[in-house]
Amino acid sequence: MNYAIRCHQLVKRYDSRPPVEAVRGLDLEVQVGECFGLLGPNGAGKTTTIEILEGLLAPTSGEVEILGRRWGHGQDDAIRQRIGISLQETRLSEKLTVRETLTLFRSFYRQGLSPDEAIRSVSLQEKAHARVGKLSGGQQQRLAVAAALVGDPELIFLDEPTTGLDPQSRRQLWDIIRELGARGRTILLTTHYMEEAERLCDRVAIVDQGRVIALGSPAELIAQLGGDHVIEFSVKDSPPACTHWNDLPGVRAARQEEETCVLEVAEPHVVLPALLDEIRRSGQELTRLSIRHASLEDVFVRLTGRHLRDEGEN
Amino acid sequence: MQRSSDSTTEPRRYWAFGQLVLARMREFYREPEALFWVYGFPLLMTLALGIAFRERPRERSRVDVVQGVGASQVAATLEQSNFEVFVRDSESCVQRLRTGRTDVVVRSDGRENPTYQLIVSASRPESLLARDQVNEALQLAAGRRDVVAVSTEELTVPGSRYIDFLVPGLLGMGIMGGGLWGVGFVTVDMRIRKLLKRFLATPMRRADFLAALIVSRMVFLVPEVAVLLLFSWLVFGVSIAGSVWTVLLLVLIGSLCFAGIGLLVASRAKTMEAVSGLMNLVMLPMWVLSGIFFSSERFPEFLHPFIKVLPLTALIDALRAVMLEGMSLIGLMPQVLLLIGWGSVTFLVALWIFRWN
Repeated sequence: MNYAIRCHQLVKRYDSRPPVEAVRGLDLEVQVGECFGLLGPNGAGKTTTIEILEGLLAPTSGEVEILGRRWGHGQDDAIRQRIGISLQETRLSEKLTVRETLTLFRSFYRQGLSPDEAIRSVSLQEKAHARVGKLSGGQQQRLAVAAALVGDPELIFLDEPTTGLDPQSRRQLWDIIRELGARGRTILLTTHYMEEAERLCDRVAIVDQGRVIALGSPAELIAQLGGDHVIEFSVKDSPPACTHWNDLPGVRAARQEEETCVLEVAEPHVVLPALLDEIRRSGQELTRLSIRHASLEDVFVRLTGRHLRDEGEN
Repeated sequence: MQRSSDSTTEPRRYWAFGQLVLARMREFYREPEALFWVYGFPLLMTLALGIAFRERPRERSRVDVVQGVGASQVAATLEQSNFEVFVRDSESCVQRLRTGRTDVVVRSDGRENPTYQLIVSASRPESLLARDQVNEALQLAAGRRDVVAVSTEELTVPGSRYIDFLVPGLLGMGIMGGGLWGVGFVTVDMRIRKLLKRFLATPMRRADFLAALIVSRMVFLVPEVAVLLLFSWLVFGVSIAGSVWTVLLLVLIGSLCFAGIGLLVASRAKTMEAVSGLMNLVMLPMWVLSGIFFSSERFPEFLHPFIKVLPLTALIDALRAVMLEGMSLIGLMPQVLLLIGWGSVTFLVALWIFRWN
C-alpha cells in the first residue's frame, strides 16, 4: 500500500499551567489518491494534528512520514515542493490582486501551475485583477485554496476550508475539492461539518479529545450504528423517557435530546407502526415526527455522547 | 500522476526574491496614508524647522527706561542707536523684564552728569547682550573714544547656517524611522495575519523573505531622500559640498542598517503594542544622543565613546562630513563599516531567532 501520510502515536503537549495535551497518541494512515477527513468538534485537536503533519509544529513525541519523508531531516524543502497547504485563517495581503498573489506563491515552487491556471481551477477568472481586500469571504477562501494548488502538489492539506462560508460558497469549494480528487490528488481536510465529510471524504477519522475514536468510510461508520435511519419524535406535555424505547423491536439505540426522542433503526417501516401504536396506547399526543437517514452526526453523538464524554467526566 | 503543462522548470520566470520585493513595493505604494507619512512628513518637518531657524535680520533689542528726570534724554539717545525704547513707571519696567517682554531696564539718577543703573535678567543671553549694547551706546553718547580700530565681517556662506546642519540630521532621523517602522510594523502585521506562517508552509527560502523586506525598504528610501534634498536645496539653498553619489551610498547603507535593526526588533513581537514599545526603546537614545538637532559633542566627555558607536551617530556624522565638508568616502570608512556591522549582525540574529508562527 502506498501511503501519502503516516503518523504513529502522535502527542502534542503544551507546557502551560496546567499542561494541555492537544493530541494524545494519534495514529493515521492516508493512502495516495484518497480524500481523507479529520472530523471533530472545535478543540478536538484537528488543527494541531494537521499543523504537525504540515511540518509547522513540532510534535512532543511520535513519528510522522509525509510522502515517504520526515520533517527535520534535511528533506523539508523536498516535502514542501510537493505539498500544498491552506491554513485555517490566513489573511492574504489585501493590497495585492488575485493574480499577483498567485504569481508570488508560484515563485516559491520549482514547478507548478501558471497563475492563470490556478485562477481557473478555482473559477476566479473574473476576479483575477481584483484586489484581495475586495473579495467576498468565499472568494478569499477559493484564493487560499488556489495558493495551495499553485505548486501543483501531490498532497493537499485544507484546514477547515469552508468554515464561516455561506451555503453557495461552500458548495463551490466542494466542487473544487471533488475535482482535485478526480485528478488523483491526495487530500487531507479537517472539518466540523459532518455533512461536508460525508460528501467529500473517502474515509474519515473522527477525532475527539486528541484521539481517533472512529475510522472508516462515512458509509461504514454509519453502518456501525446498526441502523441507517433515524426516527425523531416529541410528545405533548410530559417529556418522554426515551430509554424504554430500546425495548421496542427493531430499535438499535434510543437517546433523548432535549424534548425529542431519537431512535436509530434499520427498518423504519417495521418500527414506525409499532411506535405509533405504543404512543396511542399510553394516551400521549404526538407533536412532531420525522424520519431521516442516519449521518456522521449520529455516529459522533453515539460515540462521544454516550461513551467518551461520560468517561472523560468521571 | 500527470503534472500539468507549465511544469517545465523556468527558474527565471518566477524569481522568488524579485516577487517578494515586488509584492512589498505594491503593498507600499497602494497605501496612500503610508505614502504621506513616509514622504510628506519629513518635508513638513524640514519646512517648519527651516522657517523657525531661518536667517533673520538682526532684531532690535528692547529697552525700558524708568520714568523720571532725564528719562526722555536717555530714551532719545537709545532710539538714535536703533533700540526699541519704551518709557514706563519703575514697577511695570521690572515686571516686563521679568516676563521677557523687554531685554533691559535703564534707570537714570537725573543729575547733570547722570549715572545709570541697568537691570538685566541674567539667565537670558539676549538680556546680557542688550546690557552691553546699551552700555556701549550710553558711553559713546557721553563722549567715550575707542583706542583701537576693530572691524567685523559676517559669515553667511551656505554650509554654516543652522539649516545646513539640520538637514543631514533630519535625513538620518528619517532613515532610522523609516527602517525601523517600515520593516518592523509590516513584519508584525504579517505575523498577526498568519501570513508569515502561510509563507513558512511553502518552500520559500526564509532569507529571501527577510532580505526582500530590507531591500524593498532601501528602494522606497531613494525617492524619499531625493525629495528631501531637492526640497531643502530649492527652498533653503542647502547644497552638498561633496559627492552626491557618496550621499546616496550612505543613505543606502544607513537604510540597510536600520532595516536590519527593525527586523531584529520585530523578530519575536506578537502584537503591535509590543513592537511599538521596543521601537521607541531602541530609537529614543539615538533621538536624544546622536546629534539630530545639535552636535552630540555637547554631551559630557565620558558619554562620547558610547554615542559614537550608535548607528544613527555614525550615519549623521558621515552625512554631515559629506554634505558640509565635502569629505570623500575613504575618510568615512569608520562610519560606513560601523553601519554595515550593525546591519549584518542584526540581520543574522533576526534570521536566527525570528518567530514565524
